[in-house]
Amino acid sequence: MGVKLLLEHANVEGIRYYDTYRRVGGYRAAEKALKMSTADVVEEVKKSGLRGRGGAGFPTGMKWSFLAKPEGVPRHLVCNADESEPGTFKDRYLMEFLPHLLIEGLLISSYALGSNHTYIYIRGEYAWIVDILNQAIAEAKNNGWLGKNILGTGFDCEIYVHRGAGAYICGEETALIESLEGKRGNPRMKPPFPAIQGLWMRPTVVNNVETLAAVVPILNMGGDEYAKIGVGKSTGTKLLSACGNINKPGVYEIDMTIPVEEFIYSDEYCGGIPKGKRLKACIPGGSSVPIVPANLLFKTAKGETRYMNYESLSDGGFATGTMMGSGGFIVLDEDQCIVRNTMTLARFYNHESCGQCSPCREGTGWMYKILKNIEYGKGKMSDIDLLWGIQKTIDGTTICPLGDAAAWPVAAAIRHFRDEFEWHINNPDESQKHNFGLAHYADPRPVPAAV
Amino acid sequence: MSDQMFKVTIDNKTIEVPPGTTILNAARMIGPEVAPPAMCYYSKLKESGGKCRTCLVEVSKGSEKDPRPMPKLVASCRTTVMDGMEVKNFTSPKVVEARKGIVEMLLINHPLDCPVCDQAGECHLQDLSYEHGTEETRYDFNRRTFEKEDLGPYVQLHMNRCILCYRCVFTANQLTGKREHGVLERGDHAEISTLLGKSLESEFIGNIIDVCPVGALTDKTFRFKNRVWFTKPVDAHRDCPTCSGKARLWMRGEEVFRVTARKDQWGEVEDWICNTCRFEKKETKDWVVEGPSEISRASVISQGHYAGNVGTEKPQVFIDKIIGKQPKLLLDIHSISDVNKKGVTLSKIDGPAHSDDFGLKNK
Ligand SMILES: Cc1cc2nc3c(=O)[nH]c(=O)nc-3n(C[C@H](O)[C@H](O)[C@H](O)COP(=O)(O)O)c2cc1C
Ligand code: SF4
Ligand code: SF4
Ligand code: FES
Repeated sequence: MGVKLLLEHANVEGIRYYDTYRRVGGYRAAEKALKMSTADVVEEVKKSGLRGRGGAGFPTGMKWSFLAKPEGVPRHLVCNADESEPGTFKDRYLMEFLPHLLIEGLLISSYALGSNHTYIYIRGEYAWIVDILNQAIAEAKNNGWLGKNILGTGFDCEIYVHRGAGAYICGEETALIESLEGKRGNPRMKPPFPAIQGLWMRPTVVNNVETLAAVVPILNMGGDEYAKIGVGKSTGTKLLSACGNINKPGVYEIDMTIPVEEFIYSDEYCGGIPKGKRLKACIPGGSSVPIVPANLLFKTAKGETRYMNYESLSDGGFATGTMMGSGGFIVLDEDQCIVRNTMTLARFYNHESCGQCSPCREGTGWMYKILKNIEYGKGKMSDIDLLWGIQKTIDGTTICPLGDAAAWPVAAAIRHFRDEFEWHINNPDESQKHNFGLAHYADPRPVPAAV
Repeated sequence: MSDQMFKVTIDNKTIEVPPGTTILNAARMIGPEVAPPAMCYYSKLKESGGKCRTCLVEVSKGSEKDPRPMPKLVASCRTTVMDGMEVKNFTSPKVVEARKGIVEMLLINHPLDCPVCDQAGECHLQDLSYEHGTEETRYDFNRRTFEKEDLGPYVQLHMNRCILCYRCVFTANQLTGKREHGVLERGDHAEISTLLGKSLESEFIGNIIDVCPVGALTDKTFRFKNRVWFTKPVDAHRDCPTCSGKARLWMRGEEVFRVTARKDQWGEVEDWICNTCRFEKKETKDWVVEGPSEISRASVISQGHYAGNVGTEKPQVFIDKIIGKQPKLLLDIHSISDVNKKGVTLSKIDGPAHSDDFGLKNK
């Protein structure tokens, strides 16, 4: 059994409610933090080496220390609960079952950053979780953890839950801020960064739900102890939402030292692939990260074991590696069609582009149309190079990373599974009859044989 | 403050500019030979820029202090210069390549109905694709179309042509008391629209026609009346209680076909004008004429050689050379054009097409 820091009490009956949460040691970290100086709390988080769990993996302590503190200007903490990346559903689990863990994390973080008005921006589709959070906030308030002069420290804090309207782009931090201000959710041009001018042009920190929840164990055990868990710059524990062709889909907490192979096959985690099917590919960090074929998933290009952590997953760069991303772990078995999978993702990004920048607005739709042609037996050989060209135009030329996120899956699919695209184009009729491509990537161990 | 200047080198040309200047504006100070194209940035509109991505440049040296190059191409209209910065625009193969790709993107869903578009001849998208685009498109899908929407008596919206630069939104925000149009929807179905079919009539709203880089917003009072290159631009002014009254009249003979604001070298409005000047003062007696406007020699409008002989000579219609180059854009008229109605085949119309042919004359 690995270390459990976030989900330790997830199975305690009634943990959603204040009394139970408090009984198993809840709000102890807050008690401790509110006695410390704000600088010391930030220092603990810095020492912990915690990296943002929202996708980019930016060191949280460093982000906090960038927050501008001009005299007389309010500052804000915003919790990013927009969780809309296909394959990612870990924040939902935390909020649904352990709402007080998030509230406690928010309280500590608000104290550290000096935010008297803190916001949770939650994905519109999580409608029922809004009620859970509001109930938890009311409970916390009744017990003196929110409101005015908390624990007699003179610190005031209110938490508001704001429900989005169901746009993936509002998970991008500056689009989220715009949306929270009541405007159209278009990402802002940076600089200025939110740390200088964020919500209502005030200094703002935006953090993911899991990041803020992790502040609780960090304060409980101390930053140094937290940093001892994990490996290298991947400290602490990480939640993974596993889905796809596995026996046990669900949310797992890992300590980032286990091999990818173990994560997929061990009974503690995904429990292997159903019906004895072989593994074909994996998208380990949510839909935006590059897909990797099985032969590059368990071992890096150098032949070393690949582990479930930031460094190891990105070993080899985009040529042979991928990314930790937001932890949406999607497994594809031998029956899955890469062309179809890529088309589905392209449709998603096409639908979710905000439409500000021309390469993303036009390019995502173009890629989707071409992929649809290939998938439905109307593709041309030149389409593959065209797709490559389009993704290259989008990658790195847009305002926000959604453009990149749309380009990478297409690039990776062509990079690793070009022959499957070719097979679709050369066998338009057959590709309509059985909806899967070439399975010679399925077995990770032997070198892929020629078709 | 003012004695500290930043040195920046763009395509091997160096200039000193005050801190806070953007790369694009520094490039414009050097001159058009290094200035990146800008389809969304507008120096007179706050918050504009950053969207079209045509102004991307490569920063090969960040600054004197931190000489590292920037990892990605940056939008020159929204990136401020640092002391000692070195920028590559036309000298960077990466920029030229990326720009080609972006121009292609801007064109894939554009109707390319230039032959029936009032903006033709003064369209920034035409210039952009001519200068920075490729000859052919690789796009072979149906182009996106939108439902028609009526914006009232002054402004004609052709959403199919819009490149979503947001300039008109900023103009309405910053110039008029109340903005009544905006961008609805998102992604490639985002569109300029009003809430519940409001009509755009506020005093300065006509300016959105001038800031629109393409033919998405055109002057309803000028619609299909003439091609811009057949009309002669003259600068004129009048005593206007609402605006500066400094305008440009587009004339043929003694007839004023259209009134616009005056535009500078970069195609930007010099002084905003009010609706009265723009839409209602269409007679020479309303104006004090100053003389022919200066129009860039590169512009098709200057091909008319009007100076001194307004209305006495027939304008030259065919242009086989533009700035010494053969025109290379393939203009195909798509059936989805707003004016190209079903059942009207342009090639079957006798003589030059006229608005009568589309049954739009009285609209
Ligand atoms: C298109 C897009 C969607 C995003 N969606 C989310 C999201 O749903 N949840 C989230 O926490 N971060 C999301 N992010 C990342 C945020 O911009 C931001 O990096 C993150 O909230 C920072 O928190 P962290 O430092 O705690 O990871 C998204 C980014 C992009 C570009
Ligand atoms: S990259 Fe796409 S989603 Fe992001 S700002 Fe540009 S158009 Fe909007
Ligand atoms: S209508 Fe014209 S000005 Fe407005 S966004 Fe579209 S292209 Fe830009
Ligand atoms: S002019 Fe800079 S992005 Fe459009």
